Amino acid sequence: MQILPNNQLLGATVALALVAISAAYIYCTSKPKAIKVHGVLLSTATQRVLATLYEKELEFELVPVDMEAREHKKKPFLSLNPFGQIPAFEDRDLKLFESRAINKYISHKHADKGTRLESGDMKQKAIIGVWMEVEAHQFDPAASKLTWELALKPVFGKGTPDKAVVEENEAKLAKVLDIYESRLAQSKYLAGESFSLADLHHLPTIQYLLATQVKKLFDSRPHVNAWVADITARPAWCKVLALQKH
Amino acid sequence: MGLKLYGIPVSTNTTRALVCLHEKGVDFELVPVNLFGGENRQPSFLAKNPFGLIPVLEDGDFTIFESRAITSYVAEKFKETGPDLIRHQNPKEAALVKVWIEVESQNFQPAISPIVYQSLVAPLLGNTPDQAVIDTNLEKLGKVLDVYESKLSSTKYLAGDFFSLADLHNFPYIFYFMKTPWASLVNDRPHVKAWWEDISSRSAFKKVAEGMTFGEKK
Repeated sequence: MQILPNNQLLGATVALALVAISAAYIYCTSKPKAIKVHGVLLSTATQRVLATLYEKELEFELVPVDMEAREHKKKPFLSLNPFGQIPAFEDRDLKLFESRAINKYISHKHADKGTRLESGDMKQKAIIGVWMEVEAHQFDPAASKLTWELALKPVFGKGTPDKAVVEENEAKLAKVLDIYESRLAQSKYLAGESFSLADLHHLPTIQYLLATQVKKLFDSRPHVNAWVADITARPAWCKVLALQKH
Repeated sequence: MGLKLYGIPVSTNTTRALVCLHEKGVDFELVPVNLFGGENRQPSFLAKNPFGLIPVLEDGDFTIFESRAITSYVAEKFKETGPDLIRHQNPKEAALVKVWIEVESQNFQPAISPIVYQSLVAPLLGNTPDQAVIDTNLEKLGKVLDVYESKLSSTKYLAGDFFSLADLHNFPYIFYFMKTPWASLVNDRPHVKAWWEDISSRSAFKKVAEGMTFGEKK
């Protein structure tokens, strides 16, 4: 049996080591991510989840959904969300949908990572829960209609804003924001002195509305205005916005 | 000092919280709020809920509002007693409960509540039911119930093979909906019907239903 001379053996060992290291690197960086978000960057609900993932400093893969081809209304997407809505979410074999439920899951599972978005204290957790419900049931119905009429309809070429809908929902939103103004005069954020999911859930819709005539409703209320400026400047939120620029 | 729930026995949102309190077997007092007299717009009530809505829960000096925040708090505080409404020891089940809670909140309620309002409430206020609103929402509700039907053919309850808050939250609106001319939307879907009969036969539900006399024909 022929044995390689020492320097060739050394060379072969180094070469093998380099190949092994390269293979390991390629494996690790192209390894499929445990967390997948199925959605599109324009969608407020998708953005709501992305904001949470960035706040928690979690790696994820954004899997685009072809809305124009109605991919979200067909299988296989329907097996992720039977209601045919984005986003859908995967964490290994766990499949979830509804952005607010996804966010609660992420915040709870990774409580100790990144920004604290919920609380371990039962009463504080309940207060955050109250203001998450307020966002869902008092703020969002009016705010999302305004977002559609003033920000998204033009983008999708679905016609001009419906003046009656805009007027009605501006009035509703103004009343809600009056209550927010009183609340935010008492504490820096909606549920207390710390930023929480209750504040985060507002971000996507507020960001859209800041680019429309509705901006004046935020500007004219000093505590709301300060809160909006604060939460929209958060680095995690800025990362979500940066995604849209690519 | 026990819990106090401010609300009225016919209100959908109050009954959502009432059913949860009864399920957990918690001692509480239902404190009536005079809505017709505008009590909910008075400063003393607005101090409890600045949105002027019922229900409100007081636990000593701790006050919260929004029925689904109240049920979450009650289910969490009393998680070691009574039925496990939130699956707190199983993170995957707990996540699925949260998903189907949002389904009721975001997909189910917006479709069913205008039908109940137009059909049962509007006439009491002297208004004619808006059939266009009813028709639009019957179509939406049908699609939601199609998904319920499919889900309930693979699991006994919405979030899995276990009763949870996700099922409980549906109770008040379905209860009233079954008094409208469109109960067939439930009855024509065998798994939805079976699920509804199951949950509405729970003693907590039956107890609360006794007070839900809205829409009764005299």
